[in-house]
Parts: sequence; structure tokens; C-alpha cells
Amino acid sequence: MTDTTPSEGRQPRASAGEAVRNSLARRNRKQMVLQGFGIAAIVFAITMLLILLTSIIGNGYHAFTQTHVELDVFIDPEEIPEEGLPRGDYDDVLAVAMGTHFPDVDLSDRIATRELTSILSNGAQYILRDKVVADPSLIGQTISVKVPVSDPYDQLHKGLVERDTEEQFRRLDNDAIDRFDRLDDLDLVSKPLNTGLITQADSRFPELAGLKGALVGSFWALLTCFVISFPLGIGAAIYLEEFAPKNRWSDLIEININNLAAVPSVVFGLLALAVFIGWFGLPRSAPFVGGLTLALMTMPTIIIATRAALKAVPPSIREAALGVGASKNQVVFQHVLPLAMPGILTGTIIGLAQALGETAPLLLIGMNAFITSAASSPFDSATALPTQIFIWADSPERGFVSRTSAAIMVLLMFLITMNAIAIYLRSKFERKW
Amino acid sequence: MTLAPFVILLFAAFVGYAINLRAAQAIRADGVRLHSLESFHGLFSLLMVIVPVLTLVLIWLAVEGAVIDALLMASLPAGVLDGLGSGAIQLIGAEIRSIAGGRVFGTPDDWKLEAAERLIGYRQASSWLLIVVVTGVSAGIVYFARGRVASGFRARQRVERITLGLMIFCAVVAIFTTVGIVAALTYETFRFFQMVPVTEFLFGLNWEPQIPIREDQIAAEGAFGAVPVFLGTIVIATVALVVAVPVGLMTAIYLNEFAPHAFRKTVKPVLEILAGVPTVVYGFFAILVVAPALRQFGASVGLDVSGNTALAAGGVMGIMLIPFISSFADDALSAVPQSLRDGALALGATRGEMMLNVLFPAAIPGIVGGVLLAVSRAIGETMIVVMAAGLMARMTINPLDSVTAVTVQIVTLLIGDTAFDNPKTLAAFALGMMLFIATLVINIFALRIVRKYREIYD
Repeated sequence: MTDTTPSEGRQPRASAGEAVRNSLARRNRKQMVLQGFGIAAIVFAITMLLILLTSIIGNGYHAFTQTHVELDVFIDPEEIPEEGLPRGDYDDVLAVAMGTHFPDVDLSDRIATRELTSILSNGAQYILRDKVVADPSLIGQTISVKVPVSDPYDQLHKGLVERDTEEQFRRLDNDAIDRFDRLDDLDLVSKPLNTGLITQADSRFPELAGLKGALVGSFWALLTCFVISFPLGIGAAIYLEEFAPKNRWSDLIEININNLAAVPSVVFGLLALAVFIGWFGLPRSAPFVGGLTLALMTMPTIIIATRAALKAVPPSIREAALGVGASKNQVVFQHVLPLAMPGILTGTIIGLAQALGETAPLLLIGMNAFITSAASSPFDSATALPTQIFIWADSPERGFVSRTSAAIMVLLMFLITMNAIAIYLRSKFERKW
Repeated sequence: MTLAPFVILLFAAFVGYAINLRAAQAIRADGVRLHSLESFHGLFSLLMVIVPVLTLVLIWLAVEGAVIDALLMASLPAGVLDGLGSGAIQLIGAEIRSIAGGRVFGTPDDWKLEAAERLIGYRQASSWLLIVVVTGVSAGIVYFARGRVASGFRARQRVERITLGLMIFCAVVAIFTTVGIVAALTYETFRFFQMVPVTEFLFGLNWEPQIPIREDQIAAEGAFGAVPVFLGTIVIATVALVVAVPVGLMTAIYLNEFAPHAFRKTVKPVLEILAGVPTVVYGFFAILVVAPALRQFGASVGLDVSGNTALAAGGVMGIMLIPFISSFADDALSAVPQSLRDGALALGATRGEMMLNVLFPAAIPGIVGGVLLAVSRAIGETMIVVMAAGLMARMTINPLDSVTAVTVQIVTLLIGDTAFDNPKTLAAFALGMMLFIATLVINIFALRIVRKYREIYD
């Protein structure tokens, strides 16, 4: 066919083909541009994600270590008498211990002493006190203690304070840096893993602040949320999916649930503040109230997931069970529900992960209070992980920037773990019918 | 002590279950045919105990505090409360409670110490009474349920009716939640509008709730005009959408049509991570990285960018919304029937032309629905704006300025202050009401568009 010479009449056709061929490059270029935009958009989104993660990790990893200084402290019986132990001048004892490394500092000069002991964290005296109270026989002995240094020196040791910026723009003057360097040269300064981040509660001093209170608060809140929303959500979903007659009431409930899932979280906070705290008189700042609020928010998620899981169980299972004489209830509770359980659990874990990261409603019910001890029951005042992040992000001290990032890393770790469990459950137990 | 009633309740329920199970098994062992399986007789007892007694315990715990307070106040010696305002009386109550909790400050009056003693007594009496009542009622029900066990007793029907009732209750909780939200918002908003005229709130141009207002000045002109607050929300949401919509749409178009399968499979979940990051993290990201970067950039080109610029809050919110929009657009594009794709390609369109001229227009309604849902997300989003946007309400549409938002005002008005009787806190509820109505209308509208569009092709 290609061999035939084109006749005169075919000429315009060939030129149409020519026109198409000529325009093809342009049209393909247009498509390339579209693809280019697409790739650029994806690259933008992923770059933003990477910047987010690297900035958090880059700031946060500093907080996983804490600069400590090791001191040989003589527990002077003069300063710390055996009777009335919790009291006693632990501060002075520490100052004397510091003084041994700085013979040039006159310890009777209060200002000089204060400058010297400013290296140590404000919590150092309490660490020492707890040690002595636990073992009063230490009085009169010289013991070696490792205490955290205060925030500016911690920043200095981690290299976050530029030594070559001019003196007046630094938080530490040259003398302070010299003193710290002298301790460093004596090999007394170390940077061990910061276990206090997990084992201590909140504090005004960054070097002492930890997440224990927030972790405990989040635990109680999530537990309350789970205990309330899981049975309620499953019950509602089973009713709507398996039993509800198709009428105006079930339609109303259904529209309701879909709308609740889209109500802004801060509105749930207003509900909790007005109803739970204002009308019912439940305590402010309590993880129980937080959990109650989160349960109302999580319920739609669980209902929607449960209904999808129930729907995925094929009708043949129901028909077979009905066929051998099971009642409607027995079909649902003994056959359909167990088969739908993996899907329900996956949805529930994802719902709880969302609840764990939720902040705004907890702020409104006062879970952003400054509390220095962990809650022992869900009715005590507490913070939660996200509200703790909010509090620390608001704190001006330099050390709280890395603490905040570290707290975010802890929160993200929990979220990743929960989602990984959900994905694992789904892949392990999901059945294709 | 609070756990004890629950433990007793559970114990009684299981005892009831076991007793009825045994009884039914015994009847069956005699060779009599039971109407229902033995386990249903057991479950009948279990449910009969749990449902009413649990309700009783919860109601008891809910009203216990109020009743004890009333008793305590009534038992105070005559005359000590005379001439005191409600605030002072509450303060006395709080002091007595803290004494009872073992935290004694200074040397309180003797009658307060006595009252604290009495309070401890009341509390103990209440919890013992509850334990006695729970035990008694549970035992009675177990006895009653045991009496019902008989060959002809329709235990299965009873159990199924109770479980159905429980499930209906669960479903209705969702309605209660909505009713609770509407009731709380309406009630507090109504009280707010008794102090501040509606027209001032909706049309006033001056928002300065932090200024203390004298009693006779409550409706002082310009203090509660919410227009600048609404405007701020609109500015921030617009910035967010300007970032999220193009990026999200382009992502969806590429992933839906051009991306190799493996690429799509890895990129989609990575983008979903953006949607799973808690908003408080985005807020911190905005103040830690984005705002300083914008400020520096603005300084380098000679623009004065405010520290709490709407650009930072809106931009970060836009990043959060990217996966939201892209997954909605992706779904909408996938929902367009294959025949439309095939038809366009068969006519000689390139894939790019097929996408832009056929698929995209066909998917527009679904995409619009998704964008509307993103709008409702953006105006309801709280933490990012609380952390990154400003507090001062200004009449400006310049995104470089510091603007505030509805959610920021709600949070700042309510943090730390819980007196429900001044316009400052009540204003938060009025703002919440506006937010609730706006998001509700947008959501209903968007869901309708999405659903209607689905029906066209199904």
C-alpha cells in the first residue's frame, strides 16, 4: 500500500496528516508540561514533609541527651543536720563542692557564688536532697553525684551557643564560658542519655522538664476514650448496618454521624466546656473529661469503619447461618462480627491515633495547666502529649525548642507505632472473599 | 472506693450468669426441652444486672457531688454565709474541700475544720451507701432472674430485645452529641446576645474583647464586632487553598493518569503521612521554620513581613490540606467511566488532552465537593492558627500582616478563664456557633455535590 503513488485527489489528506504530525510535537510538549507540573507538585509536597521532619529531628535530637556535671560533694553535717532531713542547705553544700574546682572564687561573696552555682541546674539540690533522705548514713561522707547543668550551659556544651558571637549578644559572658570550660577540661562534664525526658514531669526549667505527666495524662485520656467509644461505636454501627429499618429516623442518625465526623474539633471542646464542666460539674483539666470529649469525636470514625467492615462480610455467610437456624442476633454476634473484627480494630486504632494527636478540645477543657506531677487517676489534673507540646512551644527558654521537638518525636513515634499496628492487622487478617 | 461498685456489679453479673446457666443445665439434665439455649438464660441474668445497675451507679456518681455540696452548705452554722455573694460562698466551699483533701493553709476557722470533717463523713457515707445499694439491688435482680429460669421461658427473645435496645441507645448517642453541641452553643450564644446586640457582633468592625468593660458599658461600641475576626479566617483559609488546591490537583492528575504503578503505590502513602501529622506539630513547624524563613525572605526583597503573618499559618495549613484535596480529586478522576477515557484516546487525543479536556471537566463536581470540604477544614482548623497567627483583630486582607482567626479567638478567650457570666467568655461560644453553622452548611452542600455526582455515573 505504501508503494502506490499518491493520486492528486489524496493530496489534501496527506497534508492533513502532515498537519497532525506537525502539531503532535506541540501537543506532546503540552502533555510533558502537564506531567512536569504534576511531578513538581509531588516534589513540593514531599520536600515540605522532609523539611518538616528534618527540622523536628534536627532540633529534637539534642534533647535526648542532657549535659551533666560530676561533683564530689561533702555532705556537711553542719549544713545538713540529721534531724529534719528534708530541710537543710543543700545549695551551700553544692556551692562548696563547686568551689573546690574554683579556688579563686570567694565563697563568702554571695554574687560570685551565685554566678558559680548557676552552672548547676536548679534541680541539683533536690537530686542531692532525695539521695540523702533515702540514705541518711551519707551525712558526713563525701559522695560523687552527677547533676544536670542549667539550660544555657547545656546549650553551650551541645554547641548551640555560638562562642564567637559578641559577648553582649550571648546569654553567657566570657567568664561563665571559661568556668564551664575549666570543668570540661577536668573531665567532669558528660552528656548521658536524657532519661529525665520520660521519667520526669513538667518543670519551668528546661533541663528538668520531662514528659511523664503528659504521657500518663494521654494514657488515661485514651483509655477513657477507648472504653467509651469502642462499645458505643460498634453498637451503633451494628444497629445501623444490620437491624435498623430504612426509615426517616435511621436516615437522620446516619446524616448526623456523617456531619459529626466533619465538625471542627474546637467545637467539641466548646461542648465539653459548657456541658461536661459547666453543667455536670466535672473537674477541669482531668484526663477523664478529655477522654470523654475525644470519645465523642472518635465515635463517628469507629462507626464508619465498623460499617465498612460489616459490609465487607459476604451475604453468603449470613444466609448460611440463617439457613441452619441461627437467629438474626446469633448471625450478627457469632458470625458476622468476628469476621469483621480485624477491620473494626484497624479503624479503631486509626481513630485512637487521631485522638492522641488532637489538641484543641483538650486546651479548652484546661489540659494545658502547669502540673509538675503525674496524674494518679483519670480525675486528677494532667496535661496530654499534644498540649504539652503546645505549652513548651510557648515557652521562651532556648532549651524548650529542642524539648518541644523531642516531644513531637515521641508523639510521632506513638502515632507511627499505632498506624503500623493497624496496617499489620489489616494485612495479616484481611480476607478476600 | 469509686471502683468498688463497678467490681461488685461485674461480680454480681457473672454470678447471675453462672447461677442461671447451672439452673438451665439442671432442667435440661432432667430431660426437659428448654425453649432457649442454656447460655441465653445465663445472659438474661447478666444483662438484667448490668443494664439497670450500671445506669444507677453512673447516675449516682453524677449527682453525688452536687447533693453532698448542698448538704454541706446547709449544715454550716447559721450566719456564716449571711451577706456573702455567690463567688465568696463558692470560695468557702473550695476551701473546705481542700481542707478535707489534707491541704490546710494557715489556720482556718473551727467551723471550717468541722465542715471538712463532715464533708469527709458525707463522702464516706455516700460511697458505703452506694456499695450497699449496688449489692442489694444486684442480689435482688439475680434472685429475680433465677426465678424466671423455666423450660418455657423465652430467654433468647428477652436477651435479643435487650441487646437491640442497647444498640439503639448507642446509635442515639450520636444524636445526643449533636443535640448537646447545638444546645450548648445556642444557650451560651443566646446569653451573649443578651449582653451584646446581634447586629454589633455580626457587623461591627472593632474586636477588642480583652479590654475590661465596666458593668454599665457592656455594649460599649465596637468591642465585640466580629467582622475583622471573620476576615482573618477568610484570609488565612484563602492562603491555605491557594497552596493546597493547585498542588493537590496537579498531584492527583499525575498520580491518576501518568505515574507508573510502583511510583503511585509509594507516593500515595507518603503523602498520606502529611494528613496524619497532628496539627500541633504543623503549628510548631510554622513558628519554628516557616515564619522566620518568610520574614527573612521578606527582608531580603524589602517587604515588611509580620512575625505572625497569615502567610505562614495559611501556607502550613495548605501543606496539611494537600493530601486531602489530592485524594478527593483522585477519587473523582477514578470515578469517571473508562468509556470516556477510551473514547477520547480513540479519537486521537494525547493522554494530556484526554485528562484536561475530558476527564477533568467530567470530574469537576467531585473535585469541587472535595475543595469545599477542605474549605470547611481550613476555617475550623485550630492549632496551626493558634500557634502561628496573631491575636489582634485587624481589618486587613494583606496576607503579610498579622491577622487573627475565629478559632484563635475561641481558644484565647477560654484559656484560663471559666466564669460563664461575662461577655468575654460567652463571645467564644458565639464565635463557635458561627463556626459550627458555617462548617455544617459547607459540609452538607459538599456532601450533596459529591453524592449527586456519583449517581450520574453509577
